[in-house]
Amino acid sequence: MTTTTAPVAAPAATHEAGSPSGLWSWLTTVDHKRIGVLYGVTAFIFFLIGGIEATLMRIQLAKPENTFVSPDVFNQLFTMHGTTMIFLAIMPLSASFFNFLVPLMIGARDVAFPRLNAFSYWVYLFGALFINASFFLGGAPNTGWFGYSNLTSSQFSPGHGVDFWAVGLQILGIASLAAGFNFIITIVNMRAPGMKLMRMPVFVWMTLVTSFLIILAFPVITVALVFLLFDRLTGTNFFQPAMGADPVLWQHLFWLFGHPEVYILILPAMGIVSEVLPTFSRKPLFGYPVVVYSGIFIGFMGWGVWSHHMFAVGLGPIADSFFALSTMLIAIPTGVKIFNWIATMWGGRVELKTAMLFAVGFISMFIMGGLSGFMHASPPADLQQTDTYFVVAHIHYVLFGGSMMGIFAGLYYWFPKMTGRMLDERLGKAHFWLTLIGMNVTFFPMHFVGLLGMPRRVYTYAPNMGFDAMNMMSTIGVFGIILALLFFIANVLKSRASGKPAGNDPWGGSTLEWAISSPPPPHNFGTIPTVHSLDPLWAKDGAEITRTAGQVRGPIHMPPGSIWPLVAALGMTMLMSGMVFGWYVGIPGLVIMLTGLYSWSFEPCD
Amino acid sequence: MAVAAHAVPHAAHPPTSTGLNSRKMLFWAFLGSECMFFGSLIATYLVYRGRDQVGPHPHEIFSIPFTSFSAFVLLMSSLTMVLALAAIQRGDQKKGSLWLAATALLGMTFVGGQCYEFTEFFYKGLHLQTNLFGSTFFVLTGFHGTHVTVGVIWLWTLFTLAVRGKIPKEKALDVEIAGLYWHFVDIVWIAIFTLVYLIQ
Repeated sequence: MTTTTAPVAAPAATHEAGSPSGLWSWLTTVDHKRIGVLYGVTAFIFFLIGGIEATLMRIQLAKPENTFVSPDVFNQLFTMHGTTMIFLAIMPLSASFFNFLVPLMIGARDVAFPRLNAFSYWVYLFGALFINASFFLGGAPNTGWFGYSNLTSSQFSPGHGVDFWAVGLQILGIASLAAGFNFIITIVNMRAPGMKLMRMPVFVWMTLVTSFLIILAFPVITVALVFLLFDRLTGTNFFQPAMGADPVLWQHLFWLFGHPEVYILILPAMGIVSEVLPTFSRKPLFGYPVVVYSGIFIGFMGWGVWSHHMFAVGLGPIADSFFALSTMLIAIPTGVKIFNWIATMWGGRVELKTAMLFAVGFISMFIMGGLSGFMHASPPADLQQTDTYFVVAHIHYVLFGGSMMGIFAGLYYWFPKMTGRMLDERLGKAHFWLTLIGMNVTFFPMHFVGLLGMPRRVYTYAPNMGFDAMNMMSTIGVFGIILALLFFIANVLKSRASGKPAGNDPWGGSTLEWAISSPPPPHNFGTIPTVHSLDPLWAKDGAEITRTAGQVRGPIHMPPGSIWPLVAALGMTMLMSGMVFGWYVGIPGLVIMLTGLYSWSFEPCD
Repeated sequence: MAVAAHAVPHAAHPPTSTGLNSRKMLFWAFLGSECMFFGSLIATYLVYRGRDQVGPHPHEIFSIPFTSFSAFVLLMSSLTMVLALAAIQRGDQKKGSLWLAATALLGMTFVGGQCYEFTEFFYKGLHLQTNLFGSTFFVLTGFHGTHVTVGVIWLWTLFTLAVRGKIPKEKALDVEIAGLYWHFVDIVWIAIFTLVYLIQ
């Protein structure tokens, strides 16, 4: 990504419309739409893997003193479930939308750095495979997705599970950082003429805020993981209390990353919902600037609340009060957004398509998660709730009811744009209702089980404590969610086989991506539109934009494919996995990485 | 990576939305990210300072005159970097390559000094594992040294290109971005030198 010629010197080579096919074209692709699809498919597979892990845990917990899995396997399952869902499923699913949509929404032909984008994806894929390889190579990590020190020390966690986890997160962090940089520059610098910042769709705004959170939060966990790996591999003392160290340092570093991470997971879904609601209410988003500023405010405030994860540590009344107040404060911009979404629907011509159902489901489930979150913003309440199933209920209402519902809303909304074919509405509605009922049956009882005192992350419980029936209910609910997902998968397969052609704009959307064909051609826009308003396709010149967007006038330069991002990603993964496997993997990895990076830097990219 | 080039037809090549070059902006964003990286490392060093029961402690082994000299060398390398960029921007690749080489050599002197310092501390009994000072000091300054080393490799790459006449005026941005990185690494050292060495 370093050295290239100036853009103007590009040789004139026109690419025909229509995508090349074959495995090689996918391995070398730098097309943001293809990379988006790769992200989406891969992340969905990991979503299913994380779901299987959850199902196994729920079967174990269906009845008291069950012996379906051993305590050690249970520890591996909850660690990998959390790690998988956060880093391998929800974040990359959001990245899939960033990739596919951001350039289309801002009227660009690709992201600012197409090869860096491919690099992000390949690093993500290899990192995900690496971390999951631990299941077959001596046991997966078993210390929780937050890996609290000093449980993670060599003394208490011998074996390679934690090494796989720490190195795997480092690798995935590089993928996220590269994508974060790329989308910041793309959004700041690649907008179509006339698309001022305050004319960008809310989804693009939320992508921008999320990207800033990524590039500032991931270095912090990188440092924490560096300390952990040094402690484990070379015997340093970063988290050794006997040497005067304070294991709470880990918690500070982890949550200083971890809380912005929460917003990295939810803001994209908020962006998606802010696009879906106006389209199906036939009304512009209510209070657009307020929604944007609330998102930015959440991004800032997200840095000032991390210690509410640590109330039980005993940081003292002043720290606890500060973080309680800042946590309650952050509920305000979130509430503002919710009122804006509701006001968007108010008086609109609401069409309850599946995408809209998921968006409304997002709002209602996210409110529930927000309310329980607000409860443990108060330290005295939190001391009762911490480490119980109440917190598990909270996180699943915001991440499953929130992020995943938002992602499904986005999938139903943009699937026609991505593939050119409609999804079936009947199957879609079955998917929605089963998801809504399944998740509430699964997670709602956890509030009560938690308040009754059932601790999380424990592989079983004694009978007659008052939570037998509710645990069984949670387990049954999981099968509702599984059934819902089967409906979704069937829906996608049916659409691929015989879905109705979508046309350019099946929903009557207002943003630029609906002005071009579905799926879009490799160069996206034949003529880059000029934007004069917030909802360009609903404005006076909307018809004109739709008419001209597909017309190709003169040659269009698209970057050629490149294999070097994949090579560099592979080499880097090997280099870092050398910390677990040994130098005979690491050194060849270094050579491969340098080969990839140098070839990438010096290959002509015009 | 040519940026807006892909986005527009050849003839009409409008500037980016902000008028700023995308690669340069990417690099600034990267440096923002690096601030959080070094910020976390330095904060950890400061939090753990003075907690050690066993020595060696900082005041027992630091040689301020020696490290001041290293810091001076690194600061001078920023000057040569500026001169290198100025020469390349004038189209003078010969002088440019000389200044690039000088910058790289000064950087290597700094890294050499750090190797010498690490070795000396090692023989005075400060290992990675000895105490918290050893762990935090070596990891913090080690990461800084690694950054300087990456910069040195980058500079020699540019030097090779400039010697062969491959960095004309139009490609001065390649040198400018390397310069951004180099100055950043320099500034980080000023922070480390002040907080770790001078304020004990």
